[in-house]
Amino acid sequence: MAHTILAVDDSKSIRDMIKLTLAPLGYRVIEGDNGQSGLDKFMTEPVSLVITDLNMPVMNGFEFIRALRRMPKGAGVPIIMLTTESKPEAKAEGKAAGATGWITKPFTPENLISVAKRLAG
Amino acid sequence: MTDLSAAVDAFVLEAREQLEGLEEMLLDLETGTDRERVDAIFRVLHTVKGSGSMFGFGVLARFTHHFEDAFDGVREGRLEIDARLIDVSLRARDHMTALLDCGGDSPEAARLEASEEAAHLLATLASIVGGHAQSPTLGNAPVVMQLSAREQMMRRWSIRFHPDATALRNGMRPDLLMAEIAALGQAEFRLDASDLPPLTELDPERSYLAWEITLTTSQTRDAIEAIFLFADDAALDITELVSPNGPTIGPVAAAGPPGNVSQLPQPRAPQTAPTGSSESVRVPAGKLDDIMDQLGELVIAQARLYQIAAASQNPDLEAVVEEVERLVTGLRDATLSVRMLPIESVFGKFRRVVRDLSQELGKEVMLAVEGGETELDKNVIDRLSEPLVHMIRNSMDHGLEDAASRLAAGKPARGKVTLSARQEGGEVLIAIEDDGAGLNTEAIRARAVERGLLPADAPQSASEIHQLIFAPGFSTASALSSVSGRGVGMDAVRSAVEGLRGQTEIATLPGRGTRVTLRLPVTLAIIDGFLVRLGTSAFVIPLAAVEECVEFEEAERHRESGRSMLQIREHLVPFLDLDDVFGRPASTEARRRVVIVKADGQRLGLVVDDILGQNQTVIKTLSIYHRNIAGLAGATILGDGAVALIIDVVTLARRARIAHRQSA
Repeated sequence: MAHTILAVDDSKSIRDMIKLTLAPLGYRVIEGDNGQSGLDKFMTEPVSLVITDLNMPVMNGFEFIRALRRMPKGAGVPIIMLTTESKPEAKAEGKAAGATGWITKPFTPENLISVAKRLAG
Repeated sequence: MTDLSAAVDAFVLEAREQLEGLEEMLLDLETGTDRERVDAIFRVLHTVKGSGSMFGFGVLARFTHHFEDAFDGVREGRLEIDARLIDVSLRARDHMTALLDCGGDSPEAARLEASEEAAHLLATLASIVGGHAQSPTLGNAPVVMQLSAREQMMRRWSIRFHPDATALRNGMRPDLLMAEIAALGQAEFRLDASDLPPLTELDPERSYLAWEITLTTSQTRDAIEAIFLFADDAALDITELVSPNGPTIGPVAAAGPPGNVSQLPQPRAPQTAPTGSSESVRVPAGKLDDIMDQLGELVIAQARLYQIAAASQNPDLEAVVEEVERLVTGLRDATLSVRMLPIESVFGKFRRVVRDLSQELGKEVMLAVEGGETELDKNVIDRLSEPLVHMIRNSMDHGLEDAASRLAAGKPARGKVTLSARQEGGEVLIAIEDDGAGLNTEAIRARAVERGLLPADAPQSASEIHQLIFAPGFSTASALSSVSGRGVGMDAVRSAVEGLRGQTEIATLPGRGTRVTLRLPVTLAIIDGFLVRLGTSAFVIPLAAVEECVEFEEAERHRESGRSMLQIREHLVPFLDLDDVFGRPASTEARRRVVIVKADGQRLGLVVDDILGQNQTVIKTLSIYHRNIAGLAGATILGDGAVALIIDVVTLARRARIAHRQSA
């Protein structure tokens, strides 16, 4: 079964990049442009991996991760946060919220693929 | 490996929009600061920086990094927002736009990066950020495995991995981790399940397990740690076993990768992901123009069909034709609406223009914007920006008095320029209004006489004189500011507006201010026309200009100051006989009519043989041989295939005025 990856970012170019990188490998990429729309998408179908930005309008990445982990089907789903902040506290806050790992922007398609394979299988 | 050019294009579009938004937000900071604004600004910088370096805009990303530092400081309360920060931010935004326009890390981008402006901006930002500046590295570099000769030797490692209780819940996949370890070399795994509670007490989402691994590999410690990248330091313990015969943990579980490891997905045909219904689609403007052209042809074909059906007396055919007409009208409206953009997109730019000009001129000016949501055809909007900038410059430079004169006249020291838009029928009215001194009628008259635009003794109404500021050659940029106030480039404004088939009007009150109004058609492609007949030929008058139609009675003609005038109720209205205008033989018809149009701020009668009614006019440009005939704006094709010429009422109105002036 194709793994479905949910990409949540307010920047369309980042979502496009995730999609263009992962779709050729057989991943199915669905999108949300902020935490709230990410949660809506997450509820609609089984998701193997969530990739989320932290800094977003409406609902930021931390709130999104916390909300997702509170949902019954949110347990165990790998969540990757995208961050340009090399600050440890952003990562720590994300991990405390329930993120599995992170990718530091800027990242290359290879970075993304290796993390996706590592977490989604 | 992956073709990202589509994503790069998306990035450029997106970044451009964000930079436009950024300008707005920075200007908003001048009126007050709040957390949300600062966050939004930071977000834009953050995104442009992060995406920029991914999409080949490294210069842009590097520059933005410093800019972002400043707003990070603001966000965290280390820095205050002041005029200096806003100033440098606006200029830094311009610099970012220039870098974006370079299309990536081109030689031009490198030149900009090394430019004085860049150095100055960075120095200013650095001095604002002060001791808080962060190092200019861009996040974490991807982990690179470096293999030195020593590290290529086989080494043995003992790895203990004991993830915390929440790890499984938070998405850790031990099976995938162990598979990766196994791929590094020869591995022995031992599962430590000693913490596992009795089944009745087991929480299925909690992690109770630990792994102990002996790995023999040529890879470095970094490579092993990279696999556990997301594990907490406390969860992982990696020790090198110094001697191959040193203490090892005996294999309990089977050697090699643990069973049942998920396989990496094989490439499959990409599937289309469902996209949200709220998302918009970007379409090249050229495609919209193509659709509009096709639609124009469809409207013409439909008009022919209608005529044929009407002649056929076949009720079934007529019913279908009516249905087609309804559908075509719907399609036309829908297509036109797709091309519509709120005028805000161009108004937004003017805040910056006003801000920069008010600094340049040393005048404090407030810009008020009304009706930004009014929609106009994209093609009209694109060509409107420059004339509007001209007009705002004029208002600020020449219209508004300096603070001292304003105070002396009992006005607030701060001048006001109002930019407004509203729709009126098929037209959009855009007004630029200032609360300055108003036009100086006598100065304009003197100027026009001096320039040979007006006979010295010609009697003219004030409003006719005011129109002269739009005349070509009325003024040069250097001359007029000390005299009456206006004129710089106003002829350019007028010709741009007329290029859009629009009109300019001017109203002024001495001491109170001046308002210039642009009347523009909502769209350039199809207009509502008013069909008239001269002999056997049809002509179209734009319906938006038509005020009324009356019977043409010779008896009501007057001659006043050499002009042919017509008595319309209590007013005298000048008129032109279109037969004269287009050099046609004089009409012999007994009952003729006059269409009263309003153009160029005046009423004008156009005498025609008959009125045929309204029609949808798809505007076709005239061939190069006919394009310069005064009084014609284009042509259209009628339902019977005949060509009807579209009358340019503005030119006719001007011609009537000149005729009057010459005969005076």
